[in-house]
Amino acid sequence: MSASPVSRMQFMMCAGTGCMASGSIEVKEALLKELAKRNLQDEVQIIMTGCNGFCAMGPLVVVYPDGVFYNQVKPEHAPLIVEEHVLKGRVVEKLLFKEEAAKDRVPLMRDIGFFSLQRLIVLRNRGLIDAENIDEYIARDGYAALGKVLTEMTPEDVIEEIKKSGLRGRGGGGFPTGLKWEECRRYESFPKFTICNGDEGDPGAFMDRSVMEGDPHSVLEGMAISGYAIGAEQGYIYVRAEYPLAIQRLQKAIEDARDYGLLGKDILGKGFNFDIGIYPGAGAFVCGESTALMFSIEGKRGMPRIKPPRSAEAGLWNQPTNLNNVETFANLNPIILNGADWYASIGTEGSKGTKVFALTGAVNNVGLVEVPMGTTLKTLIFDIGGGIPKKRKFKAAQIGGPSGGCIPSGSEGVEIDYESLQSAGAMMGSGGVVIMDNLTCMVDTARFFIDFCVEESCGKCVPCREGLKVMYDKLTDIVEGRGEEGDVEFLFELGHHINNTSHCGLGKSAANPVLSTIHHFRHEYDAHIRDKHCPALVCPSLIDFVVIEEKCKMCGMCFRNCPSDAIIWEKKKVARIDTEKCTKCRTCITNCKFDAIR
Amino acid sequence: MAKISIEDLKRIKERERSRMVLREGDFRAKITVHMGTCGIAAGARDVMTTFRDLLAKRDMMDVMLTNSGCAGLCAKEPMITVEVVDQAPVKYILVDKEKALRIFEEHVVGGNPVEDYALAKGSETQAT
Repeated sequence: MSASPVSRMQFMMCAGTGCMASGSIEVKEALLKELAKRNLQDEVQIIMTGCNGFCAMGPLVVVYPDGVFYNQVKPEHAPLIVEEHVLKGRVVEKLLFKEEAAKDRVPLMRDIGFFSLQRLIVLRNRGLIDAENIDEYIARDGYAALGKVLTEMTPEDVIEEIKKSGLRGRGGGGFPTGLKWEECRRYESFPKFTICNGDEGDPGAFMDRSVMEGDPHSVLEGMAISGYAIGAEQGYIYVRAEYPLAIQRLQKAIEDARDYGLLGKDILGKGFNFDIGIYPGAGAFVCGESTALMFSIEGKRGMPRIKPPRSAEAGLWNQPTNLNNVETFANLNPIILNGADWYASIGTEGSKGTKVFALTGAVNNVGLVEVPMGTTLKTLIFDIGGGIPKKRKFKAAQIGGPSGGCIPSGSEGVEIDYESLQSAGAMMGSGGVVIMDNLTCMVDTARFFIDFCVEESCGKCVPCREGLKVMYDKLTDIVEGRGEEGDVEFLFELGHHINNTSHCGLGKSAANPVLSTIHHFRHEYDAHIRDKHCPALVCPSLIDFVVIEEKCKMCGMCFRNCPSDAIIWEKKKVARIDTEKCTKCRTCITNCKFDAIR
Repeated sequence: MAKISIEDLKRIKERERSRMVLREGDFRAKITVHMGTCGIAAGARDVMTTFRDLLAKRDMMDVMLTNSGCAGLCAKEPMITVEVVDQAPVKYILVDKEKALRIFEEHVVGGNPVEDYALAKGSETQAT
């Protein structure tokens, strides 16, 4: 359409995905035709705009200068709109948006922080499609990106586009995806492989599972695009056996895609061959590391090897191999369809696009959220997460799983992207965010994560295998009251040794939970060691289980909830704890609203 | 199924989207039960069964019952989305068998959202 300077009226047509799906393009064409029929094309301008969020009522048309808001416009309404509104200047009543009756108390999605502050790219199909129906994926532009790549782009074009988009690996390291592909393409050896890393192992993380089971085709399509770009004809999805639903839905998706010829020989008749197999892993944390994962697929023991050579040169069966995370693959369809510039316009300088986070722990809205890079931790916890339950205080957020670090209260203004998390002492990791409230002991938390790493260490290098065990024993001493002066310094030094001398990602970051909690919560370590007291009232050996008389409001909550009848209480009298009967279960502490037990 | 071409992709998209957006199709309402691992663990299968039985008992052919993945707010599962033609979709949280019965009677059959159980109406902002 021509942007005529003399146009007296503008039709703003929503061209968001929602309205496009409900037919805004057809409406636009019908309007153009109708305007041309009456020779009004210069007087009225039609402008396609972005989504305004009210997709349910689409297609939407807003008419300016009067600002009339039409909803659910169909092509057959075009003559009416042009005849009535443009020619006669009368509003078409029946297409007006009607405010719901006042009695309607159901809020709009966009009025709810949990939904309105999210931006869905990876999770674009969440809750909208049947994961086991390939047609529904196609209806939402599924496989259109693969079609575009195969018809309009060379592999080099694809790599260039991904580089330009600024997409970085969503598995933790944040390596630029385009560069990774470029390197893998360079090696001429054949066959090559592309692998999807679905070995999501961080405690509290479930982003990848949700994508695989909710929108499996988005992963398959992304893998096929990467295969085309690097020159691979075979892909593998490495997914942990603990995700049976994800495996089942991926399997169904692969079969359906093969039936349609979207996987297999001569895809879409364009001469590109690509197929995908699923490899269920037994759920070892270390198998999320690229080389260990590849050994595991080969049927060998999952242990990382020394790099170089990098996997791009000699990966699976010593052939050039590209490995990306589930979320990275799920980003590819929108990037190809909407273009690199669109993607690069979202996020921060160094981190483009969005990130999916699994929000867990002491937060009201436990769930899966996708926000633009650069969203603050505060927004994530309070506006989206709905704050901390039971009016408790935010203490820290553990980001990036055991390899990450904690961000303490006071630093929640940090903007979430790769660099700023790094400088705040945490890391993006795969996106698990565990929120901790004031009833969380940081020493105990560190011990939990070290326990996890002790279990998951593959045992190849001494610092990780032995060092972590020593660390765990020392932390156990501290939380059980046997801590001594100098322990913190010892942990600090040992932690640095482990991080500096292990060779894979697990070992290099295994001591982070200890180092980061020492950095931010040194006073809690000191309280455990010097005062033999756990300030958060978590470590049973270091709690007195005594009622502080002046704080007790005599409410009897402890009495009512104690499972072992160890509370002596009657109305209008301060409670007491019978230490003979007390099993130190902490039920009284968690139920006391006045912090009257220590 | 024969191998498809790029044109077929467009054809499938056209066909499916008219069905999915509930207009011009043969359906008057659509119930989506969110069945990710979280939803299923919280009891989504019972909810699904309840709706299936209700539809079978009434022999209602104009209501589509389907499932989808996690809706994101795992703390409030089981969640369902009910969409009645020409109305904004409504998301319900913490649905159980009893709630499902009432939602079916009042919203799916009667066309009036059950405010007591509803979280929100409308769609999530889409990526563009």
